[in-house]
Amino acid sequence: MNVLLFILQKEFRQIFRDRTILAMMFAVPIIQLIILPLAANFEIKNINVAFVDHDHSTYSRKLVDKIGSSGYFRIVDNSSSYTEALKLIEKSEADVVFEIPAGFERNLVREGSQQVNISLDAINGTKSSIGGGYLTAVLADFSGSLAMNAKIISTGASMQATIIDVTYSDWFNPRKEYKYYMVPGILVLLLTLIGGFITALNIVSEKEIGTIEQINVTPMKKWQFILGKLIPFWIVGMIVFTVGLITMYVIYGILPQGNIALLYLFAAVYLVALLGFGLLISTFSDSQLQAMFIAFFFMMIFMLMSGFFTSIDSMPGWAKQMSNLTPVTHFIKVVRLIVLKGSELAHVKMELLYITLFAIGLNGLAILNYKKTT
Amino acid sequence: MKQLLAFIRKEFYHVFRDKRTLLILFGLPVVQIALFGFALSSEVKNIGIAVFDHAHDVTSQQIIQRVRTSSYFEVKDPVINYDEIEERFKEGSIKCALIFPPNFAEDLGRSGRAQVQIITDASDPNTATIVVNYLGAILASYQHQLNPTIQIPYQIIPQVRQLYNEEQNGSLNFIPGVIALIFMIVSTALTSVSVVREKETGTMEILLVSPFKPIMVLVAKTVPYLVLSIINLIIILLLSVFLLGVEIRGSLILLFAESILFIITCLSLGLLISNNTNSQKTAMLISMMGMMLPTLLLTGFMFPLENMPWIFQAVSHILPSRYYYIIIKAVMLKGLGFSYVWKETLILAGMAVFLLTVALKKFKTTL
Repeated sequence: MNVLLFILQKEFRQIFRDRTILAMMFAVPIIQLIILPLAANFEIKNINVAFVDHDHSTYSRKLVDKIGSSGYFRIVDNSSSYTEALKLIEKSEADVVFEIPAGFERNLVREGSQQVNISLDAINGTKSSIGGGYLTAVLADFSGSLAMNAKIISTGASMQATIIDVTYSDWFNPRKEYKYYMVPGILVLLLTLIGGFITALNIVSEKEIGTIEQINVTPMKKWQFILGKLIPFWIVGMIVFTVGLITMYVIYGILPQGNIALLYLFAAVYLVALLGFGLLISTFSDSQLQAMFIAFFFMMIFMLMSGFFTSIDSMPGWAKQMSNLTPVTHFIKVVRLIVLKGSELAHVKMELLYITLFAIGLNGLAILNYKKTT
Repeated sequence: MKQLLAFIRKEFYHVFRDKRTLLILFGLPVVQIALFGFALSSEVKNIGIAVFDHAHDVTSQQIIQRVRTSSYFEVKDPVINYDEIEERFKEGSIKCALIFPPNFAEDLGRSGRAQVQIITDASDPNTATIVVNYLGAILASYQHQLNPTIQIPYQIIPQVRQLYNEEQNGSLNFIPGVIALIFMIVSTALTSVSVVREKETGTMEILLVSPFKPIMVLVAKTVPYLVLSIINLIIILLLSVFLLGVEIRGSLILLFAESILFIITCLSLGLLISNNTNSQKTAMLISMMGMMLPTLLLTGFMFPLENMPWIFQAVSHILPSRYYYIIIKAVMLKGLGFSYVWKETLILAGMAVFLLTVALKKFKTTL
């Protein structure tokens, strides 16, 4: 036990000696946690529409006004022809061309139906599908209000239709504020980046400087060495996590709905797993550059597959399996569940099992792979 | 000239010696393209839904059947009370619940009106919005089937055309972003590290006292990374065409010319970083953490730029990757010519010249 204490003392001294690393560990994640949610916003607003109105009637003008005032769209131009409007899309100044054909009002009144043309810039799939959805909704609303007006004028001719009313309620986040979803996820990503990179660089830098040989000739056991590397960064990670939670509350007003102790239990086990992963990379690499690149490679896959950027449900089967095999996925899920919905241990026990298995497996491999010979 | 070639050969030795880094360099684009092409999609499918059916009649069953056949939803076991819905939300196994009141079919038949309720898990706001839209559409089409004879007046039928991407290939938006990201890693990060490493190991001194011009040292440093970047570009383009079925609409020559311009900008940035740092670790942290995150966030390929606060939009204007992203989207995906992107090209060229001049000026020929 005494041996371990000495290693810990050495590691802590090394951490506190290097001011840049200290700043990287504490200041950078907190600044990013404050800034990133402002930038990382998937909400689709301000879709630029170019109108081509061939009809110039009261109805067509009303429709243009209605779309413009719906809050999602910004009218960039009233072009005289489709080709002209298409130019705007090519220049990326417009996202949608909305074309109202001649005879729009006449056909609506006489024949009861009329087509309009919507051309979307579909390179950005999310934007085009959500934009198309919004437009369709506004159109349905518009024809509904026309029908209402007509009904009021010609009273008595009411329709005998069967109608299913849909009511809906949004739980856990009734105002649908995006930051509630993003901020906890960003906290996890930052913790992962810091923990993963700094431990990955750690043993390798001893190799590069040559001090690893001095350690190798001491009677220190392998597990003592790994544990000595792990504990200091674990403590740093827990502090970063705590400061992150406080920042989350102070800046964004997000208070965990669930049990804080449960959140910390998960963070504690997750950090062990993550640091084990960093150490494993470190034992494999020969230079800091190599360690950095290998860490970056895996971190990027972990982050992309974690469900932070896209939904895991819509992934194909093999990708879902792969996503399950990364610890980040489980921790992001749990943090969101506990912080946003107040889930309890019974709800997330499987997640705890997964993360614990990762912790044991990754650290076991790191100990096995660390050889005391060079 | 012969000297320069010898130096370039030396730099290539450095690069090819480190097999693992090389493997990652070429593995990175392959994995990213595969993930973005096959695993990650911005559309929302297989949303877990639980049905809470008080009615248990033909109508509710028919609607549930419609939900079941839709690829957007995955119907989980039915629930029997509201508490269970909350439990399922807390486990994260469902994203929404559909509730039919008792006597659903009867109400619909007698009074012509009946209610259904949708409860969404709005902790994920985008999915919640999409759920309501999808379910609303399913219910509307069912309702339409109930009223086949009634002609709805004032019907506006939208004819939607998806320009540039008829099949709605979700990976299209990511490919230009992936290319820009790879260039930032290969050109900026590796170049900055390679110069600093010579300083750290002390070999820079030897290079400087040699009769070789100091500027040529820098030129020789950048050549291998220029070559690696171009190879990566070719790999990415081949993968996107043959694996993902993306059609390159514009001119290949223009695409490569613009890419080389961007690579030179990245290389100059790398040289600038390396001239101002003294350790590999600092150079790596600046080029990876400092440049990577802005590239990911502020280029516009992950998050829409126009929603960001003005300060971010302002910052995005000084990032070379922003202009490259616009250019490559226009040339590769929309098939536009040089006349559409000359402004962006000019800005990018200006940045390259500026960065290169500063980097060369700052290069110390003494220790």
